[in-house]
Amino acid sequence: MTDGSPRLAVIGAGPAGLAASLAAAARGIHVTLIDAAAAAGGQFHRRPASGLGARRPSALHHRWSTWERLEQGLAAHLEAGTVEHLPDHHVWTVERTGPAPGARPGFTVHALLGPLQERSVAVRADAVLLATGGYEKVLPFPGWTLPGVVTAGGAQAMLKGGLVVPGRRAVVAGSGPLLLPVATALAAAGVEVAALVESLDPRRLPRAAGALASAPGKAAEGARYAARLLRHRVPFLPRHTVIEARGEGRLEAVTVAALGPDGRVRPGTERRIPCEALAVGHGMIPHTDLAEALGCRVDGVNVSVDDEQRTDVPGVWAAGETTGIGGAELALAEGHIAGRSAAARLHGTAPDPAAGAARVRTRARRFAAALDTVYRPPLHWADQVTDDTVVCRCEEVTAGRVREAVTDLGAGDLRTVKLLTRAGMGWCQGRICEPAVAGLTGCEQTPVQRMLARPVPLGELARAGADDEGHDGGNDHAPGRPAGAPHRRTHDPDRQPTQSHSAMSHPTEREEPS
Amino acid sequence: MVGAACALYAAREGLDVAVVDRGPVAGGTTGAGEGNLLVSDKEPGPELDLALLSGRLWADLAEEHAKAFEYEAKGGVVVASTPEGLTALETFAAGQRAAGVLAEPVAADRLHDLEPYLAPGLAGAVRYPQDTQVMPALAAAHLLRASGARLLTGHTVTEVLRGKDGSVRGVRTDRGELHAPAVVNAAGTWGGAVASLAGVTLPVLPRRGFVLVTEPLPRRVRHKVYAADYVADVASDSAALQTSPVVEGTAAGPVLIGASRERVGFDRSFSLPVVRELAAGATRLFPFLARVRALRTYLGFRPYLPDHLPAIGPDPRAPGLLHACGHEGAGIGLSTGTGQLIAQVLAGRAPGLDLTPFRPDRFPEETA
Repeated sequence: MTDGSPRLAVIGAGPAGLAASLAAAARGIHVTLIDAAAAAGGQFHRRPASGLGARRPSALHHRWSTWERLEQGLAAHLEAGTVEHLPDHHVWTVERTGPAPGARPGFTVHALLGPLQERSVAVRADAVLLATGGYEKVLPFPGWTLPGVVTAGGAQAMLKGGLVVPGRRAVVAGSGPLLLPVATALAAAGVEVAALVESLDPRRLPRAAGALASAPGKAAEGARYAARLLRHRVPFLPRHTVIEARGEGRLEAVTVAALGPDGRVRPGTERRIPCEALAVGHGMIPHTDLAEALGCRVDGVNVSVDDEQRTDVPGVWAAGETTGIGGAELALAEGHIAGRSAAARLHGTAPDPAAGAARVRTRARRFAAALDTVYRPPLHWADQVTDDTVVCRCEEVTAGRVREAVTDLGAGDLRTVKLLTRAGMGWCQGRICEPAVAGLTGCEQTPVQRMLARPVPLGELARAGADDEGHDGGNDHAPGRPAGAPHRRTHDPDRQPTQSHSAMSHPTEREEPS
Repeated sequence: MVGAACALYAAREGLDVAVVDRGPVAGGTTGAGEGNLLVSDKEPGPELDLALLSGRLWADLAEEHAKAFEYEAKGGVVVASTPEGLTALETFAAGQRAAGVLAEPVAADRLHDLEPYLAPGLAGAVRYPQDTQVMPALAAAHLLRASGARLLTGHTVTEVLRGKDGSVRGVRTDRGELHAPAVVNAAGTWGGAVASLAGVTLPVLPRRGFVLVTEPLPRRVRHKVYAADYVADVASDSAALQTSPVVEGTAAGPVLIGASRERVGFDRSFSLPVVRELAAGATRLFPFLARVRALRTYLGFRPYLPDHLPAIGPDPRAPGLLHACGHEGAGIGLSTGTGQLIAQVLAGRAPGLDLTPFRPDRFPEETA
């Protein structure tokens, strides 16, 4: 029934990608939903592998009813053949393949089949919607590479996906709206949370009060988390930061200290907290690699979009965290608007106004901007990073070498530091260390063009998009699964932090916009 | 890189040097290059003479800095896939030998002693022991530091100042004026733009190239290995895409794969067709690479002049202005010789090589 329907490739099956897929499929578009994970939902709706026998996965999630509706909608479209879901597909580039002589105008999405990622397949589409989410930002400190130190999102993923906890006694630290749910989820799972260390200065709150109050539901959600923290007796340490993690071979304790009004550590306030795990995070960064390879404009670190969520490259839409970190509710609204717009434009018409979703988007963006002014890493965090602290873990580049490149060799930006030290040249291609290197260098974190969104075998690169791809040409290469068949719900063992297309899970209080 | 070398040798002549760049150190083509110091791809003539001079100077610099900029005299191996290709390659090598290049024929059955992972069935090769590699950004940064020159990065030259008699008396930047009796244009691919600020034309054009970088590997590619048709591509005038596989291991572990050439202006967008050709060529030469992952790819713009020779030396149209740009894909290799020649001219001495073939005013005005 989809023969002849315009084809939209949606990349990322988190809240934005799902909302977009449902909106477009409901409007006569054939959607190919391509995602790296084994099951739809993204980081926000990550669920335990079915083999783990979780009886009540909803206990680890809020907004479970929203997820159930998305899941039911997806199941209906899979059944009807209007959405094709390609899980375990790791997209490494999107190519504009037309209009070339003899070729159909449009796009080709190139993806490696997971978890081994040894074979690449091509998916052709008339338009592309990027819902690639974001990834966690973690700033380094002495000892941050010790086993036992995990990212806040990593701890959450362990809980949601594997029903495992990172240790019996944990500290949650950093800055950002993710820390609160992570701390409460760990506590609820039986972990003794020794402290929630947040560099946020509550005295900044009044300045953002207007925008924060515009989302009373979110404030209520925040209050609920705070109440749960109290119930679990989790000590909350605002205006504090972790200055060191210590241990013989693995984490045994962290040292925390209070921050002064100037953002510097107040001498004499250091104290040691024994723990087995440290979950640390400093917010999120959008995944923009695919957008950049397509030539889309990027403002700062966000893919730039118009009111319809269109990028400046015709035929390319973007929604969710990739256009700016804002949480699941914003991602749902943007995905919905993007899906409607893509459907209308592919049919050659203008989209009907999506007033409800647009209102949600406006408010959620304002809220996200207000959060941004509140949640900031300590201004002088880099002072705490000793010269022997490894900053780039892939290439084992220390903070001292980054500083040398700046003071002795004249580097003043990310690219030059990378060239002179190899920081950011390794497996993760700088996704993890870029914020840290920028901070140590004293420059802005400017987007670094990554033309390959993930490592790809040269043999696959050599045949990508070639005319002889008969075995995987078109969209008929879904690995042996009829449309609508149950998805595998296996945990992806190969998952690396840098590969998570995760949505930030800060409080949301509204239903999916419609 | 060329600017850094000019600064180093000029400072050694006792001159007071300031280096002005609108970007950071190695921010242009230097930071996008592979760091080849090659004689193997050059036919006898002025460019080869400059390459041989530069190679000697690089070896001198390496005595002090080898580790700092990953100097590695690993040699090049040029392979031919057919008997006809091998005959042409050996004829080419014979001419190079006469000009002072070390070039040793390698029979097909000895090829795998040199490079055990090469594809089977190749006709033969020529080994060039003088071919060398450096890490270009590190080389530029360390030579700049060694020069002791004043480094003004993030300063954009907006005008070349000329006196009443027409002679150059410095530059104006977006952050103020710098006065000097001599200005060296080492702006690489953007050398034409700087020349025009002085009111002269120099037809430097960009020739885009992609490089693929693999995951770090134990050393499996020992030399710089490339196919014989690379030489023809380097010398070609075509604007169309050309790729010929150039494969080499690096001190840091990744294998670098080039080389593509196309004249598409300053287009910075990713081109899958180009990168696909690079990957295909490399896996033909080294089949094991098919399973090795490419981590990233980057592009750069070679500064190209119509006759494939750089512009080196004083510009009679603007007394006090010297050019040191347009080295196409050989700028890292040729930088040391270029720097020394420029420094000799600045010091009022006779340059060690005849600069006539490199005259900046050798192009008819209308080509600009």
